[in-house]
Amino acid sequence: MAEQHQQGKAVQTTGHAWDGDLQEFNNPLPRWWLWSFYATAVFALIYWIWYPAWPIADSFTKGIGSVTFERNGEEVTTHWNTRAELIEEMQRGSETLKQQAYLEKVAAASYDEIVNDADMMAFTRSLGKVLFADNCAACHGVGGMPAQIGQFPNLIDDAWLWGGEFEQIQQTIVGGRNGFMPAFGEVLDDRQVDQLAHYVLSLSGGNVDADKAAAGRILFQGQEGGCHYCHTASGKGLESQGAANLTDAIWTVADVPGATDDRGRIDAVRKVIANGVQRQMPGWSERLDPTQIKLLSIYVQSLGG
Amino acid sequence: MKLSHESIEVNAGLMIVLTLIAISIGGLVEIVPLYYIQDTIEKVDGVRPYTPLEQRGRDIYIREGCYTCHSQMIRPFRDEHMRYGHYSLAAESKYDHPFQWGSKRTGPDLARVGRKYSNAWHTQHLANPRSVVPESIMPNYPWLLEHELDYSDIADRMRALKVVGVPYSDTEEEYLANVDEFGPAMAELLDIHRAEESLLAQAQSEDWDGDRTRLTEMDALVAYLQVLGTMVDFSKYDEGYFAEFR
Repeated sequence: MAEQHQQGKAVQTTGHAWDGDLQEFNNPLPRWWLWSFYATAVFALIYWIWYPAWPIADSFTKGIGSVTFERNGEEVTTHWNTRAELIEEMQRGSETLKQQAYLEKVAAASYDEIVNDADMMAFTRSLGKVLFADNCAACHGVGGMPAQIGQFPNLIDDAWLWGGEFEQIQQTIVGGRNGFMPAFGEVLDDRQVDQLAHYVLSLSGGNVDADKAAAGRILFQGQEGGCHYCHTASGKGLESQGAANLTDAIWTVADVPGATDDRGRIDAVRKVIANGVQRQMPGWSERLDPTQIKLLSIYVQSLGG
Repeated sequence: MKLSHESIEVNAGLMIVLTLIAISIGGLVEIVPLYYIQDTIEKVDGVRPYTPLEQRGRDIYIREGCYTCHSQMIRPFRDEHMRYGHYSLAAESKYDHPFQWGSKRTGPDLARVGRKYSNAWHTQHLANPRSVVPESIMPNYPWLLEHELDYSDIADRMRALKVVGVPYSDTEEEYLANVDEFGPAMAELLDIHRAEESLLAQAQSEDWDGDRTRLTEMDALVAYLQVLGTMVDFSKYDEGYFAEFR
């Protein structure tokens, strides 16, 4: 190999010889490498001409690339930049337009019309699922079931604290909710809280001590406990207060289903009565637009029915 | 001496000097304009320095290394816009030292997480993420609820930030300038001499971590998270306005 090179006259060495005979060739760069290098230089030139590139004084070269979008009803053309590109894409990108057609249809339709239209419902389900995952799932869980019973309401049962009509769900999403029950541990003693827990469990057919439940009933329906103000005398709850229906077997705060025996079930209810409930859902009107909220209302309703 | 390829290659000193010049051009062209091109920073209302409590929360955010998984920079792409909200503006991080931009996201971007979830959610989620999001891979940070917040050096922290340009007020004159710019209530919170009392007042103003009787690191961190991305009211501007700054 080395001998072949030495025979050709084009090959030179760097002029140094180490250990007497060790020399270093000084071959020209490979062609493919050289041309790649030139190509990158050409690419840079095109880039400088097309895109914003070099700073000059207190501004910069804007490039000849441009973006056109609509601003306040007028066509505006500006030098290429990602912000203008985003505006253009949000106005007339192919995906945007496809979605826009559906969004306009949904925005104009009533809840009944959407629910009865298979096409609009398919769109609502797919976009609703994405919106729910991005915005609601952190608290309510993917699919509407929170990781634990307690802080965040389950949306897949058919009990609705604040109402399950489309308009009511919409109102909940727009304005958020403050779920509040006072901590009765501060005004009632342990015995009374225990009696109340027995009565509350008896409302949904729980296995309880009848005497304690009877004493609890007096507290519930009387001035001292005052539970009936929000949960109503029948215990069915009041949507305007977000007060839970206590007569069904659905528990949104007390972890009754997680308890294994009667004592555990009583304790779960006692804990909630003693500590009260402080739940806060933020409003979404600034984050989501009315059509997105409409879609979500239908999606959330469809989770529970 | 002829400045040929060969003479550069065999002359180490000359090669070092020329290499430095070539690299400097690349660096200077990128860095120097940032000091004098002002028209890339949007003129928007609402951006203000962090209050003492938020700033302590921010220090804890950095101490715990939240930035290794969470960026605070929403890029101007449709998918990010749909998921996280409006893209981040340069103006929104002008008081951030160090800024929390980034492109490596193991967790979601947090630039607009402020007021998206309740304080109770943040507290529960930070202490034990999987108790609210079962599929989460975020570590637990239970000690945030256990550690009392150390705010004894908050005034020094603010003075240090003032050196790099954050307008916390040390003198009466600076205080009055802040009243003009941020309003009287906020100017008080940004006053170094009232730092401890404003920190305590803000800690009491809301139930940050579910226990008002103790001031914990969780209080500060939740207060910080709840202000992220909420300072600018985007309904006041049309989108074309922001494109003017590019």
